[in-house]
Amino acid sequence: MNKLQADMKHADSRGTSAETMIAITNLIKGFEDHDVLNNISFKLYRGENLVILGRSGTGKSVLIKCIVRLLDSDGGTITVLDKPVSELNRKELLELRKKIGFLFQSGALYDSMTVRQNLEFPLLRIRKKLSRTEIQEKVMEALENVGLADSIDRMPSQLSGGMRKRISLARTIIVDPLIMLYDEPTTGLDPVTSDEISLLINDVKEKYKTSSIIITHDIECARSTADRILLLHEGRIYMEGKLKNFEESADPLVKSFFK
Amino acid sequence: MYCSMKKLYPVIKVKNFATGQSIKISERTFKHAQNLQGFFSNVAGLTLFTLQTIRETFSLDFEFREFLRQCYKIGNKSLPLVAITGFIMGLVLTIQSRPALADFGAVTLLPSMVSISIIREIGPVITALICAGKIGSGIGAELGSMKVSEQIDAMEVSATNPMRYLVVTRVIAVMFMLPVLVLFADLFGLFGSWIGVNIKGSSNLVLFISEAFGPIDFSDFIPSMLKSFVFGAVIGIVGCYKGYSAGRGTESVGIAANTAVVTSSLLVIIVDLIAVQITDILL
Repeated sequence: MNKLQADMKHADSRGTSAETMIAITNLIKGFEDHDVLNNISFKLYRGENLVILGRSGTGKSVLIKCIVRLLDSDGGTITVLDKPVSELNRKELLELRKKIGFLFQSGALYDSMTVRQNLEFPLLRIRKKLSRTEIQEKVMEALENVGLADSIDRMPSQLSGGMRKRISLARTIIVDPLIMLYDEPTTGLDPVTSDEISLLINDVKEKYKTSSIIITHDIECARSTADRILLLHEGRIYMEGKLKNFEESADPLVKSFFK
Repeated sequence: MYCSMKKLYPVIKVKNFATGQSIKISERTFKHAQNLQGFFSNVAGLTLFTLQTIRETFSLDFEFREFLRQCYKIGNKSLPLVAITGFIMGLVLTIQSRPALADFGAVTLLPSMVSISIIREIGPVITALICAGKIGSGIGAELGSMKVSEQIDAMEVSATNPMRYLVVTRVIAVMFMLPVLVLFADLFGLFGSWIGVNIKGSSNLVLFISEAFGPIDFSDFIPSMLKSFVFGAVIGIVGCYKGYSAGRGTESVGIAANTAVVTSSLLVIIVDLIAVQITDILL
């Protein structure tokens, strides 16, 4: 039994309340000329923030794209909310995706739409029964939660990088997802804005009771958001544990992150 | 001799996946094989994309608002360009044809000759080529940049079918708008022709119209409109396919726009050739 399996057994034995939201077993993913993920296994439990750390190019973004099947895995199993992702048909996959929020590294706001239209877009398609007034209320509520209610009629091109990230977060949480996947939420932002985004991630967890995977190489973001950390290195899980374990580790690779 | 040949065409080793053995071929042959493979994978990709678009078109959730927005964007915003081109086309055709007809004393046939040329062939083809440049490249670049900036992925994970929202609406909008644009191009072309006739002669508008539409009947319009409809489908599908299959870098946006124009222009000419043959057989 390797260390990871032991950790998982330990986590499972912490009590039945540790409900599994995502379970990944022996995940393999490669591209034409190289392997990116090699036998990755871990679980995300209800209500926790799991930070996945790693250098650029270690397959962190590929990993969360496999979870929502934006990329197909080459081997292993991914189970999200007890549903095997790779075995779902198109309709089932769309239903599952309604319960998952994905914050893209670039924000991925729709350029041709205003902030209001960007936020209405998922609501109109996922919460079809909402009236026009309810939609407007939800849009305003989501924007107030990220502190940008006055930007409602702006175009994405008129927003700064930090504002785009916040609006993108508002668009993601507006449909009340159970699981949040953050792809490098603080990359390219100044330290002050990065801290604000980290606080927002914690707020979202508290307010919307989400379980989150946060992909990052920003240690400050990891410090302020992580309940548990996974360190990914050369396509494998190098270390798993609490923030304290990482900060006290004497391993050179871990120390290079937690200076 | 052998050495110089080797320098010109270096030999490389490639693995034969059928037999598992390595074979030696020249680098040039390998490049030709790669190009050929690229061509066939493009054809296969475009065919599958077309089939997927057809399948999604007949689904229940049609994005009507986006379709109307695209109709406005494609139709209304292309109108000035199509109108100016149509006008100049009619004017130039008239001015250039006059001396040849004058030699046979057939200047009075000028309006009917120009109208047949414009309505049957020049109007649809020139409008389609202009739209391949303007609309095809626009769609290719827009969807390409959406792909690069992960907007298509964002749509996908927010439980929206991007094929239905982005592709179907655009393809159908081009299919419906192109025949309308062709009608405008024809109209402005005939107006240009009337101006051309009046440069060296004299003809009032009513007389010109009666001469221009004398030999034209409904069967001249139907193949032209049907052809425009197919041209629209070609431009829309190729533009969307190139944008949708763009790579990840910003360079790929330019490539998507460029290849969308080249491929759709070429396909418009090929479709026109086929359409002319079919019309010739049927009528």
